[in-house]
Amino acid sequence: MTNTSALRIVWIYPDLLSTYGDRGNVLILQRRAELRGIATEIVHVHSSDAVPEQGDIYLLGGGEDRPQILAAERLRADGGLIRAAARGACVFAVCAGYQIIGENYGDDEANPLPGLGILDIRSGRGQSRAVGEIVADVDPALGVGRITGFENHQGRTEIGPSARPLSTTVRGIGNDDRTEGAYQGQVLGTYLHGPALPRNPQLADLLLRWRVGQLAPLPPAWGERLHEERLAAALS
Amino acid sequence: MSELPLRAQLASVLGRSAAGLSRATGRGDGSVIGGKIALKVEPDLLAKLARGRRLALVSATNGKTTTTRLISQALRDLGEVATNEHGANMPTGHITALSNNRSAVNGVLEVDEKYLPQVLVATQPEFVVLMNLSRDQMDRASEINLLAKRWRIALGKSNTRVIANADDPLVAWAGLGAPHATWVSAGQRWKEDSWCCPECGGHLRREQDPYWACPECGLSRPQTTWSVDNDSDVLVTPEGQRIKLRLNLPGDANRSNAAIAAATAAGYGLHPERTVERLREITSVAGRYTSVVTMGVEVRLLLSKNPAGWLESFAVLDPPATPVILSVNAQIPDGKDTSWLWDVDYRVLRDRRVFVMGERRTDLALRLETDGVRFETADRVDEVLAKLKAEQPGLTKVDLIANYTAFQQIRTAYGRVQ
Ligand SMILES: [Zn+2]
Repeated sequence: MTNTSALRIVWIYPDLLSTYGDRGNVLILQRRAELRGIATEIVHVHSSDAVPEQGDIYLLGGGEDRPQILAAERLRADGGLIRAAARGACVFAVCAGYQIIGENYGDDEANPLPGLGILDIRSGRGQSRAVGEIVADVDPALGVGRITGFENHQGRTEIGPSARPLSTTVRGIGNDDRTEGAYQGQVLGTYLHGPALPRNPQLADLLLRWRVGQLAPLPPAWGERLHEERLAAALS
Repeated sequence: MSELPLRAQLASVLGRSAAGLSRATGRGDGSVIGGKIALKVEPDLLAKLARGRRLALVSATNGKTTTTRLISQALRDLGEVATNEHGANMPTGHITALSNNRSAVNGVLEVDEKYLPQVLVATQPEFVVLMNLSRDQMDRASEINLLAKRWRIALGKSNTRVIANADDPLVAWAGLGAPHATWVSAGQRWKEDSWCCPECGGHLRREQDPYWACPECGLSRPQTTWSVDNDSDVLVTPEGQRIKLRLNLPGDANRSNAAIAAATAAGYGLHPERTVERLREITSVAGRYTSVVTMGVEVRLLLSKNPAGWLESFAVLDPPATPVILSVNAQIPDGKDTSWLWDVDYRVLRDRRVFVMGERRTDLALRLETDGVRFETADRVDEVLAKLKAEQPGLTKVDLIANYTAFQQIRTAYGRVQ
């Protein structure tokens, strides 16, 4: 079934890391690629399966504490995602997924646990839970502009010298009240949970651009409208 | 129950008069405010009010209000039943329900998932009835793996009999903590929260529905004595008797609720044949499944608060010729986060006329666009009906699926029906 010319989107562990709306990121990437005539192949990798190394974009979603620990252990033992990232594949990780692709993250008693080490970040637990709409301005180098989403996490994240903050927060907590998310090459993580890409079509297009180069523009549709609407609501 | 200590009686009376006041002033059905005052006066009131009764606590993500109503309907054959049928499902609501009916020996209490452990300790119920656990309003609700763990621990310290759905792995794992259990094969349509073993995290083997087993630690679905045969609309009892259900509530989800209710009623000594007759008397629960007739069109109201609920509602929609209205809000009772819309598969709506409404209709619109479902947006139900009537003057029916506050707004606008 493998189509060598198609864009391969690999959804990592939907059985463990798919707490709330993570499917949206898969669907929007697929849709925005196909609207431009780019064929896609979607691969679902269960926690009992080996991670294929020849993917273009790897997606990791959110998860509760225990599934997060299990997912990290299994991905470390499998090694496929680590090798794919070393080869330069794009990784988009959200919430619990964001934390586990880092150097380490904290369990529910704040003990540090080893992550996959493909993004130079370290995460621990904050005093309070960050819940609510978030707005942030993405690093101008990425050409994405302002993003918006919903955050729901206890984590706080420190960014090391090899990675850069994805954005500066305008509203909400993100990594530490000042910045939100991180990126390093084509590995990108964020606390904007669930459907971060549906709510920010320009962020979905960044990931596609990294893989296929220049993209044809799409006429504004419901995604752009939702983006505007949520930005206005969060800043009002 | 007349030997309650003075302070407790006072609290109870206070609670009841406050409830009466709240009803009289039209601020609600009184079940929350009454208990809130009572709790301040006497923290042990719930335990005292529960003493000497035969109680069943009912908890789940979906269907707890309906199942509570079904069980209490069956138990009325034995006399009065104390129950919180208005859905005030936290301890304050339980106090109000029990103090409003002091003489009832039997009681059925709907319990919020988070409060189940503490209500279990306070009331020492004879039965704990558990149906399902799935993702729900995660900006304010607890993680469900954590809930299941707390249930399991609380049940392990109790002497209660659990009556539970063996087909839901998280629920079964929690129920296996109890000293006694009656297992019902009540089905599980939404499986996205239970692909992994609650004990060890291994990927469950679930090729043959409703069976499930963990290849890593060996945890598996408990053997059931009750089951539902959805295809033939039949309840199968432990004796192998097959009883035709013919409920007046729609769908497989309500067949599950009925099976759980019949197994619970049997615990109270009621024969399932008689129970099923009583269950047929229920035609709606707190406005759910009822219809409002407006502009000559029957609008059937389906309340769905989370992905599992939407899946169940899709399964009971009228044939595709009937238009459907979807309405979504994101106020505090709904959860402020609409991410869950992406967990629902809307492709079943592709061959229907679809309208989207509610404060978060744009979220819904993008979601439907992504699934290739054609739709129109609207502000109000009567606007949709006017448009449809202009095109099809003979139109008689529309289905409407809404989440919590959207549902309540529509009920208020088009008449509080029962
Ligand atoms: Zn296991």
